[in-house]
Amino acid sequence: MTQEVRSRQFNETAQKALADTSLQKALSRFEQGFISRRKAAVEKLPEYDALRDSARDLKDHILAHLDLYLEAYEKNVIASGGHVHWAATAEEANEIIYGICKRLNAKTVAKGKSMISEETGLNAYLEARGLHPVETDLGEYIIQLRGETPSHLISPALHVTKEQVEADFRRAHSALPPERNLDEPTSLLAEARGMLREKFLNVDVGITGANFLIAETGSSVIVTNEGNGDLTQTLAKAHIVISSIEKVVPTREDATLFLRLLARSASGSELSAYTTFSTGARRHDDPDGPREYHVVLLDNGRSNILGGKFQEMLRCIRCSACMNHCPVFHAVGGHAYGWVYPGPIGAVLTPALAGIEKTAKLPNASTFCGRCEEVCPVRIPLPKLMRNWREREFERHLQPAVARYGLALWAAFAKRPALYRAATSLAMKFLRLFGGKGRFRALPLAGGWTKHRDFPSPQGQTFQALWKKRSGAR
Amino acid sequence: MRGREAIFANIEKSLRVYGDDRLRAEAVAARLAKHPRGIIPARGQKPDRERLELFKLMVEAARASIAVLDRTADVPAAVAAYLRSRNLPQSIRHGDDERLSHIPWANERTLEVTKGASDGAQLTSVSYSFGAVAESGTLVMVSGADNPTTLNFLPDHHLVVVDEKDIAGDYESVWDRIRERFGANEMPRAVNWITGPSRSGDIEQTHLLGAHGPRSLHVLVVRSS
Repeated sequence: MTQEVRSRQFNETAQKALADTSLQKALSRFEQGFISRRKAAVEKLPEYDALRDSARDLKDHILAHLDLYLEAYEKNVIASGGHVHWAATAEEANEIIYGICKRLNAKTVAKGKSMISEETGLNAYLEARGLHPVETDLGEYIIQLRGETPSHLISPALHVTKEQVEADFRRAHSALPPERNLDEPTSLLAEARGMLREKFLNVDVGITGANFLIAETGSSVIVTNEGNGDLTQTLAKAHIVISSIEKVVPTREDATLFLRLLARSASGSELSAYTTFSTGARRHDDPDGPREYHVVLLDNGRSNILGGKFQEMLRCIRCSACMNHCPVFHAVGGHAYGWVYPGPIGAVLTPALAGIEKTAKLPNASTFCGRCEEVCPVRIPLPKLMRNWREREFERHLQPAVARYGLALWAAFAKRPALYRAATSLAMKFLRLFGGKGRFRALPLAGGWTKHRDFPSPQGQTFQALWKKRSGAR
Repeated sequence: MRGREAIFANIEKSLRVYGDDRLRAEAVAARLAKHPRGIIPARGQKPDRERLELFKLMVEAARASIAVLDRTADVPAAVAAYLRSRNLPQSIRHGDDERLSHIPWANERTLEVTKGASDGAQLTSVSYSFGAVAESGTLVMVSGADNPTTLNFLPDHHLVVVDEKDIAGDYESVWDRIRERFGANEMPRAVNWITGPSRSGDIEQTHLLGAHGPRSLHVLVVRSS
């Protein structure tokens, strides 16, 4: 695991995010952006829910036969003239990629968007060895200039405002006339296009991720709107695909099923502008395309997740719908999660890949509203999986002592219903005595709550008393 | 253990694969050989005339433009008109596709036509599409000397000719044609599904056209007689 895990500081980074006004402005665009577009796209496809059921079942089938589909995939990559490299760990993947670049004496390395390369910390690894990979996705390019990591799976610079992009471009593109106008997003885009065009035309090695790998043909599939992934692979001498092992699907028809769900769930489009199926290197009569085609398949802990309590999250196709609909993500953005994958999927995947010891805060970063599960195109039961982590966190004594003792005390009452009822009605009377019909601005032992909002003084009876009365009345 | 050995050992341990594995192997072999189709949206399953209408609608929804022509011989005039309307030089580049070579480009006297892949210097390219999908307004391009992949991505304007008979309702029908043309498990180096021009939403979720690929995509459908 090369990318450092900073999820322990979730509380502190979340606090900082809440106070960051430009981040809060950037995050305010969710409702009219991703959410409404996805909703409109889903409404236009009556078969949407049936497709989700098939996608869930197909993923389960693939995971149960993962070794066999990977073998078939490997065989067909080799048959079509490509090379397959297996990396059990992030370090192994980085070594393999550096080895290819070195053998080809690569000077320029261009990259399409890849979360797996974020996971392995590939850029830092290559930079430490004198290579300077250039990110070509506009959002990735922006955050590379800023020295940041992505804050969202498909919109990595989501946290950046256009004024910040302008400042970054003026700093990084210092050879361009300083008086140029960069007020509009269109001029920012045009400038990035011009800068990156130069890089594309001189690229030695092009590295892309993969959304899917097709066993039947040995193809890798990428989905982009910009076309950067295509220029990266088409113009390079060698194309290196970096992917994780669970991305394999059996056939082209199966890839098609997921493609009908992916862009809809992600950005609310029918399809992204470019869906590209790459198979092997340039053929003998091809006028363009890479001379070499390599696939680096990363495990990095995924094979341990198979067959266990958390296998369902290996269904994930990285659409980002879960975070787009998550109230916690809306409040704190992606960086607070402290590793590569933010939002609900990060809260479940990060503990599995990086260990619950370092990440115990993440499964608690949820209001359990359930919207993530409602929108997931492969029906991952994210709240259930977060609950599993919370249980494990408790079993392993990873919570602060106060929380443990608090829970133990509460449990002592909850297991004795008569005592519980007596205690809660006493506490209510007590609170009402002091609070009347108003609200508490501060309460002992509840400072974490009352710091940000008032605690209402309880009115009427306890829930249990009301429930009893209702059932009695029926 | 490292690499392949470590990964497979771990997968097999996690999946509890021991000894006789025949049933699993048969399930995998059957799926790969039969490549069953999944659920296909009803939207794409329309009669010919309606399918063309849907294709036009979806191409425009993806922010590309489209014109329907009666004959291949009408292509040069349509291309020239497009270039004039955008104030572009009367110059195009295309690949070795015979269908493109047979187009009477000379009918447009001022139109300069060059052949080959793109090196980034061309403003406008013309390709002949292998197929198209009405469901989403998608063009299906295959790589090779006939229609080099660089022509899909480097020029600012990409014009694509597609025969009406090659517009399928769904992606699956085009996969069948690719199997017929290239062989059961074979693929050309690149299959590009193209749905609208290049775009980006990476700056403040504003959708802008012309990110790294073509700023505009114009589709010319040639009616089947």
